[in-house]
Amino acid sequence: MTERPAVTIDNLSRHFDSFKAVDGISLEVTSGETFGFLGANGAGKTTTIRMLCGLLAPTSGSGTVAGFDIYRQAEEIKKSIGYMSQKFSLYPDLTGKENLSFYGAAYGMNGSSIASRTEELAERLDLHDFIDRPTRSLPVGWRQRLALGVSLLHRPRILFLDEPTSGVDPVFRRKFWKILYELAEEGVTVFVTTHYMDEAEYCGRISIMHQGKIVEVGQPFELIQKHRAENLEELFINLINGREAANAEA
Amino acid sequence: MSLVSVESLSKSYREIRAVDDFSFAVDQGEIYALVGPDGAGKTTIIRTLCGLINPDSGVAMIDGLDCQRKFESIKPILGYMPQVFSLYPDLTVTENLTFYGGIYGVVGEDYRTRVEYLYRFSNLKPFADRRAQALSGGMKQKLALSCALMHQPRILILDEPTTGVDPLSRRQFWEILLELKKQGVTIIVSTPYMDEVARSDRACFVFKGKKLAEGTPAALPGLFEGSLYFCDCRPTVQTLEALNQVSNVQARRFGGGIHVYLRKDVTLPDIATELTRAGFDTGGFRPIRPDLEDCFIQLMEES
Repeated sequence: MTERPAVTIDNLSRHFDSFKAVDGISLEVTSGETFGFLGANGAGKTTTIRMLCGLLAPTSGSGTVAGFDIYRQAEEIKKSIGYMSQKFSLYPDLTGKENLSFYGAAYGMNGSSIASRTEELAERLDLHDFIDRPTRSLPVGWRQRLALGVSLLHRPRILFLDEPTSGVDPVFRRKFWKILYELAEEGVTVFVTTHYMDEAEYCGRISIMHQGKIVEVGQPFELIQKHRAENLEELFINLINGREAANAEA
Repeated sequence: MSLVSVESLSKSYREIRAVDDFSFAVDQGEIYALVGPDGAGKTTIIRTLCGLINPDSGVAMIDGLDCQRKFESIKPILGYMPQVFSLYPDLTVTENLTFYGGIYGVVGEDYRTRVEYLYRFSNLKPFADRRAQALSGGMKQKLALSCALMHQPRILILDEPTTGVDPLSRRQFWEILLELKKQGVTIIVSTPYMDEVARSDRACFVFKGKKLAEGTPAALPGLFEGSLYFCDCRPTVQTLEALNQVSNVQARRFGGGIHVYLRKDVTLPDIATELTRAGFDTGGFRPIRPDLEDCFIQLMEES
């Protein structure tokens, strides 16, 4: 059970006309891992996540999420995963509670289980202070906690988080990551993208994507040593810069 | 006299005091960073400087002119880049630049020279015919910066220009800012990134509309009270809880280990017995220097 892969990707590609957004990537993420899926803007991270979540059909290659095939079993995948996109996905004129109820119903939960789960999540994610306010008026950090709550409603075993802390201040980022760690310790697989390299350093393993390809994968500390970088930020910059210089010469 | 000065600025939205008796001054050629959480009041301060908000009280001045009453005279020397991408998504890079040139009256030979210069530092020339909406996050921000620089402003005000931008593009963006500084441009920038704060000349921590602290990036961590240790043990929920049970200790996960904060007037030997009883080897506690983020978080929690 513990060693069963949560995500497998084999030679996966997605093209938009002649543009190879994702270009033959392969990857395996184990259950319970906190995996940092890094890359520059436009490297293909969001496209990959959307394919894994069954929101976008691949051009070629294969993949499974929670053991389900990304081509044929998108519905089963949706039931097993939580997805939080980089864009704010809550209804701005509904309150936090109403948003949770709405999404709970969409997941096929009944009234009483929505109510008890909402209470549980409000406690755990510290939502009480603002759960009855329209989400429109909330600061980004609070909205992101609510969005995380929504993605956890149906107790998914795998969480896909696409830049969940973008624009969030340091205190909220720490709180947010504390929650992610607790989830990981309960065995939830966390697959997360971020531009904050201090967050990436918290991940068990990371991959770095550039122009549709995965150029490096491993434990943050190992990679820093391997590339003789001072820290992850340095590693990231050197790696991407090196690739761009090589492209310019080619 | 300072080039930019804000004195006793206050602004409320209904019952919320967005900015509360806030003052600061920025000298010619400085990079001044405003740092703070969402809703701290950074954008309200910036928008007041750009003549877009009338404060309830206090005054914002640029080059000796009142930002509310004399904004038309300030406009020619001020470049402003708002937080939200404000260019025309369906116009190309060149069309956006031409449009801004038109607004600021930069035309003809002046325009051509200026655009060549802006292309040189932004590296956007290969993308001149690409629509703004099809640019990556980092390129969009460089285009927005180029537009804000079209009329060669002496002062540049940037509201979270690098939020959501990848580390490499962020680094490149700051290299441009440092280059502008060399040319004498004064820059006021808000950011959630502490490494960017470290590259500014002076920074100001903003929280709940108030100024928490101000100083050079080298001096600010000195405001941290107490001491900080790195504990080389697996940061699980259990170890963190066990550490937080020890009196005068606050523990936070940091990478593969734990940061342990001791309140002021408490030393490691004072609590060694308690730590040992909780199962920790104090030999594995390494003293470390607090950084900007440690200092900022402590100031926020205490306020």
